[in-house]
Amino acid sequence: MALANVCDLKNYSEHSGQMFATRRLIDRPNHYSFGTKIQEFAIPVGEEPVGFLKSCNTEGGARFELHHGTTTLSFKFKHGVIVAVDSRASTGSYIDTCEYNKVIEINPYLLGTMSGSAADCKYWERLLAKECRLYRLRNNHRISVAAASKLLCNMMLGYRGMGLSVGSMICGWDKEGPGIYYVDDNGNRLSGRMFSTGSGSNYAYGVLDSGYKEDMTVEEAYELGRRGIVHATHRDSYSGGVVNVYHIQE
Amino acid sequence: MEYLIGIQGPDFVLVAADNVAASSIIQMKHDYDKMFKLSEKILLLCVGEAGDTVQFAEYIQKNVQLYKMRNGYELSPSAAANFTRKNLADYLRSRTPYHVNLLLAGYDDADGPGLFYMDYLSSLAKAPFAAHGYGAFLTLSILDRDYKPDLTREEAMNILRKCVEELNKRFILNLHSFNVRLIDKDGIHDMEKLTVGAK
Repeated sequence: MALANVCDLKNYSEHSGQMFATRRLIDRPNHYSFGTKIQEFAIPVGEEPVGFLKSCNTEGGARFELHHGTTTLSFKFKHGVIVAVDSRASTGSYIDTCEYNKVIEINPYLLGTMSGSAADCKYWERLLAKECRLYRLRNNHRISVAAASKLLCNMMLGYRGMGLSVGSMICGWDKEGPGIYYVDDNGNRLSGRMFSTGSGSNYAYGVLDSGYKEDMTVEEAYELGRRGIVHATHRDSYSGGVVNVYHIQE
Repeated sequence: MEYLIGIQGPDFVLVAADNVAASSIIQMKHDYDKMFKLSEKILLLCVGEAGDTVQFAEYIQKNVQLYKMRNGYELSPSAAANFTRKNLADYLRSRTPYHVNLLLAGYDDADGPGLFYMDYLSSLAKAPFAAHGYGAFLTLSILDRDYKPDLTREEAMNILRKCVEELNKRFILNLHSFNVRLIDKDGIHDMEKLTVGAK
């Protein structure tokens, strides 16, 4: 402390120096702390992903169009959280599959939705699921929705500008009640009552905003979630397939 | 798209920020708080690129609190502003510069109130009033016209209301509500949210 130094309390500062030394051992990554201090992808020395991507996206280069080609939505209401997603996976104008599950079940009380690059979303959300499971094992209580979304946000920020494409909603029920957090590859992290992501999100917002009532019954909420996706898939060519609906309760 | 404004009086600083969190053309959130509490009497208002704002502001916030824990006393607003500017400058010519525009408002028990304007190129200026965003083009002239150094709190609130009315009248985007906070010797006070009806 500054005051201790001024008063010439040498033994105190030595003692605290010792304390910090021992603390350094304990403060290793993965020990009593969220373990994403180690970068999962060590970028080789000399490679510069940010510059490379910029050069690809200029005129004449091969343009990587990173659209979030999908529609997902989620909203809170009196009886919990509804999550609804479409199931079309596309590469440009080719539809890879109509039966892709865009929701990852992290635990019975935490869901992650995926929009953007399928590979990125699947990988990073599985990594998030691993971190949440480790948290549960170390701390003997389930991770909160806010903390889980912060973990994912920090992972995204570690690779800012390097071409990740993830637009995800972390939805769940924890001690604070229902929670929805929108996390994307820019590092945006927003908490809210209602979100929709993906190329068809604009259409889904229209239906959701006009049909939403706080005191809906469960059946009405399922119907609203379904309708949001249905209208989005009708208008947006990158969304389609079936509608998968999840309901998170206490 | 986003708007920040600060007005310094003889013994207070009044700050306001809009409440919209947007992603391209969609308003994702209508009640987003852009003010970060650095200490009991310092607020940092932060707008700019999506992930950078929260990341940078929380980094500064935690470092200011760490200083207090290590040394037993808080950073003054001027010191906090210079620390913030130094961090912006250090990252400016790196591979990941922070694209954020900031207003730092605080009350120092020794020096009185202070409002600091910082932008993404890490410039720093202590100013009696300041604004960020497209809305600044419309409202800085109102501040130039009506500001006087010995403003009362009521007068400062009136100028703020005038600025918000002007935005509602002439600004192309709909910024319908604003968080307002006042800092004085007793700390940070939440004022009534300024909401504007439809045009």
